[in-house]
Amino acid sequence: MQCPKCHAPMHTYNRNGVQIEQCSGCRGIFLDYGELEALTRLESQWSGHQAPPAPPAAPAYPAAPAPAWGAPHHSGHHHEHHGHHGHKRHKSFGHMLFSS
Amino acid sequence: MTTLIPALTAQARLRARHSEGCACSEPHAVLADRSDATVVRHAQVVAKAHAPGTPESDLTARLAAAAHPGLADALLAPLSARPTRLDDRLVTFWPYGTPVDRDDPDAAPWEAAATLLARLHRTPPALLPYPLPPMRGPEKAARAVARLRAAAPHPAASPVERAWAVLPAWARDEAPWPGPPLLCHGDLHLGQLVRAPQDPRLGRRLPHPRTDPHLDRPAAADRWLLIDVDDLGTGDPAWDLARPAAWYACGLLLGEEWTRFLNAYRAAGGPAVPADGADPWPVLDVPARALTVQTAALAIAKAVAAGRPLDEVEETFVDACRRMAAVPPDLAPTCTK
Repeated sequence: MQCPKCHAPMHTYNRNGVQIEQCSGCRGIFLDYGELEALTRLESQWSGHQAPPAPPAAPAYPAAPAPAWGAPHHSGHHHEHHGHHGHKRHKSFGHMLFSS
Repeated sequence: MTTLIPALTAQARLRARHSEGCACSEPHAVLADRSDATVVRHAQVVAKAHAPGTPESDLTARLAAAAHPGLADALLAPLSARPTRLDDRLVTFWPYGTPVDRDDPDAAPWEAAATLLARLHRTPPALLPYPLPPMRGPEKAARAVARLRAAAPHPAASPVERAWAVLPAWARDEAPWPGPPLLCHGDLHLGQLVRAPQDPRLGRRLPHPRTDPHLDRPAAADRWLLIDVDDLGTGDPAWDLARPAAWYACGLLLGEEWTRFLNAYRAAGGPAVPADGADPWPVLDVPARALTVQTAALAIAKAVAAGRPLDEVEETFVDACRRMAAVPPDLAPTCTK
């Protein structure tokens, strides 16, 4: 995805379950429909106000940022163990992760 | 190669002070036999024949760093402070350490790897007795690309070349690293960690497994250390984090493994990435790209030599190179926030 303002590539980050696209050039942030509301909800929970029902339990390790050239479907997938990544991980571990 | 192994094994046996024909000498334990290094083990002694043409002064400086007390909690110390010569090869001797289990991804010591790197990066290079040469990460990436170019044509070569072409000169080993030169390992992967023996500087008489069986027990838990000083030197410490970063970006590492690694590095005060919360990718991007190119280039060169297609994992790195060429790195990164 490209930034609508400066046309640099946008990177996807995941903050507490909310997908955020940030431009690698101007650092502008793009939110999908409903994401602003989700962030507002999280903020009001954080500040201790009476809040709508809690979102699903946060994963122990929220999705880490990845570069724009990384393999697809990195962020937002908290069940990687059962997915494609887990498969590739087992196939590659013994040789790829042990050599120059 | 064929004559080197028996001669090197004999050197390791002598260094272990075991007699010829002792029970350990059959079979030879060859730990590695590549064009750039041959490594053999006899009992608790490992002998490494370094690449032909290795400059003695560089290796001596790197060996001195590994032997320095200030790095005793990061690098495995050698058994002797100077390399010896075996025909045209320089040889160094090391205590044997237990490697990471290749069959158990869940047991991979990500926190230990990160902590060891943080200790290394935090050590001022001026502490060491000899000035170290530059860390050889970029040189190895450039050599991998040269090897790709020397191989027969392959359709995957052009995306790899394009990804390489958009990297800054320093990452292609065409200019010095422009940042502050910190102490770096230069070739981190999981084969570079061992559980160290109880005493990193073994006594003058080494234990014999048959007469001192209790001394052959596994070393104390969690005393992991880094090995292989061939690429050690000063440069961009982010290079040392960039291989796990590239594995994560290419989908070989789970997000939680990468996060454990990065969090442990930050917790140990590692200086390569900004502190908690800030996006580490502005500093990881260039070295992670370079290492992805290096991995893809070597994979293609090896596949061409063997006359086989790229496997699924190797294709992953080529695919990442394709995407990289479309998104050049930010050559003048701005500070976030």
